[in-house]
Amino acid sequence: MEEKFIKQISLFAENKPGRLANIASSFKEASVNIRAFTIAEAGDFGIIRMVVDKPEQAHRVLHDAGFTVSETDVLGIQMEDVPGQLATISEVLGKKGVNIDYAYAFVTKTEKAFLIIRVNDLNTAVETLCDEGIPLLDMNDVQNI
Amino acid sequence: MIEYWNPQIERMPLDELELIQEERLRHLVDYVYTHSPFYKKRFDEAGVKPEDIKTLDDLQKLPFTYKKDLRDNYPKGMFCVPDTQLVRYHVSSGTTGKPTVVGYTKNDIHEWAKSLGRALTSIGVGRGDVLQVSYGYGLFTGGLGLHYGAEEVGSTVLPISVGNTDKQLELMQDLGTTTLACTPSYFLYMTEEANDKGIDFQKDTGLKTGIFGAEPWTEEMRKRMEDATGIKAYDVFGTSELSGPLFTECTCQDGIHIWGDQFIVEIIDPETGETLPEGEKGELVITTLTKEALPLIRYRIGDYTILNKQPCECGRTHPRIMRVTGRVDDMLIIRGINVFPGQVESVLMKIPEVGEHFMIHVDRINEMDTMKIQIEMNDEAFSDKVNDIIFLEKKVASALKSVLNLSVGVELVENGTLPRSIGKSKKVIDNRKL
Repeated sequence: MEEKFIKQISLFAENKPGRLANIASSFKEASVNIRAFTIAEAGDFGIIRMVVDKPEQAHRVLHDAGFTVSETDVLGIQMEDVPGQLATISEVLGKKGVNIDYAYAFVTKTEKAFLIIRVNDLNTAVETLCDEGIPLLDMNDVQNI
Repeated sequence: MIEYWNPQIERMPLDELELIQEERLRHLVDYVYTHSPFYKKRFDEAGVKPEDIKTLDDLQKLPFTYKKDLRDNYPKGMFCVPDTQLVRYHVSSGTTGKPTVVGYTKNDIHEWAKSLGRALTSIGVGRGDVLQVSYGYGLFTGGLGLHYGAEEVGSTVLPISVGNTDKQLELMQDLGTTTLACTPSYFLYMTEEANDKGIDFQKDTGLKTGIFGAEPWTEEMRKRMEDATGIKAYDVFGTSELSGPLFTECTCQDGIHIWGDQFIVEIIDPETGETLPEGEKGELVITTLTKEALPLIRYRIGDYTILNKQPCECGRTHPRIMRVTGRVDDMLIIRGINVFPGQVESVLMKIPEVGEHFMIHVDRINEMDTMKIQIEMNDEAFSDKVNDIIFLEKKVASALKSVLNLSVGVELVENGTLPRSIGKSKKVIDNRKL
């Protein structure tokens, strides 16, 4: 089951100029490539969430740069880039009582779409999606996107 | 390990101790009246003669001495001995005004060392201990004070002074430091640096005891320090005007023993100057009984505390002052409500998600006082859900409100951004233009 979890890097950043530049340049030096990225902003601060090709390295450089950073298990769902896909996924999870805490999506070169979600019950979510034949990404896939 | 440095004095019944105090007080009043033009004038103005002072109760007839008196008589106008008898000067930092100068005779230095010798023994520090003195040396009294006290009891002193944290951590390990003396904020800084270097205080050092003071800190902070490092943390008390660091808690950690044969303690109402009964909170006032160069009569220390004369479990009879909860001049008045930085610290340190550092900002916006507290978060407490963080800010604000009776803004900032300090830390920025 756990091989289907994706390590997401999350960090706390004050909402002020230059913070993102600092993070990005740490990654540049460490050759960490960002696959998916989002900022949730809440007034004075923001939480930056991202999926990267080398999560351990990313965690270390951000921690060494003084950031409060954590690793969260999320799921990466592969979707066909056509209407109705998101509806299907959210419906099957909803029926099993799995709540999506947050989600973000991106489209790749291969004309697939990927949806990253954090859920309140990872195991049930993986089980449900597998039963429905909905493909999930693992860390290898993330590295090769 | 020895239990008492001077068992006969330290365990003396309180009434016998008070007889010593009474006799020394009579002698002191004669001494300052004869040797200090300042005190002669002060006593004359108050209409009190040395012969009016017969018992300890008569102490209340004597006028107070203030820090301002030391400043007005800068540098040596209050000294009672000729310069030839002085063996040392210490000078305060002057952070809150003109510096004050304290002079010492040979006997003053000895009495000072004796006071700390008793204190160190009471926390189990003595021969065989390596005491790393990370208080500043030089004009500041902290370094040399602890230094002489440690030598008095036969500990090995590492006089490293403050700063150069890499060296501090290296020597702590290489020389087997058992006891560390520094400001609580410097200790916090040291533990952060140690963490970054992968040094574990419990596994990699032999540190057992910390002697922390020179700035107010709280019971909650003690718990955090002890839990994080496995040491016992003790509060030390003193001020440069009295000598420097003089007293610590004993292993019972239930108040600081003030040696009654050397000092008389009173607690007064800071407004009216009236002496308060034992157990009531008020301003600390100390009279020095054995000092020769610069004795002080009823010196207003400016710290809020409580006097406790009940017998201590350690067997010492000397009166205790309970943890200093703030200074009279640290008090902030926000919309008419009195707030001490120590209250804020004690609320914050009870919340596990909150880190060790904080800063209080006070502003006046549209004729209204506002108080905002910046905090850092413990790494382990970080959640990547926005709601959890907003909830933490609200939780802190509501805990503060229930203690301070005041609405407080709480702002979470990135770790490492609040100022760290190696000396006395500054926890309040008051931008009000009054």
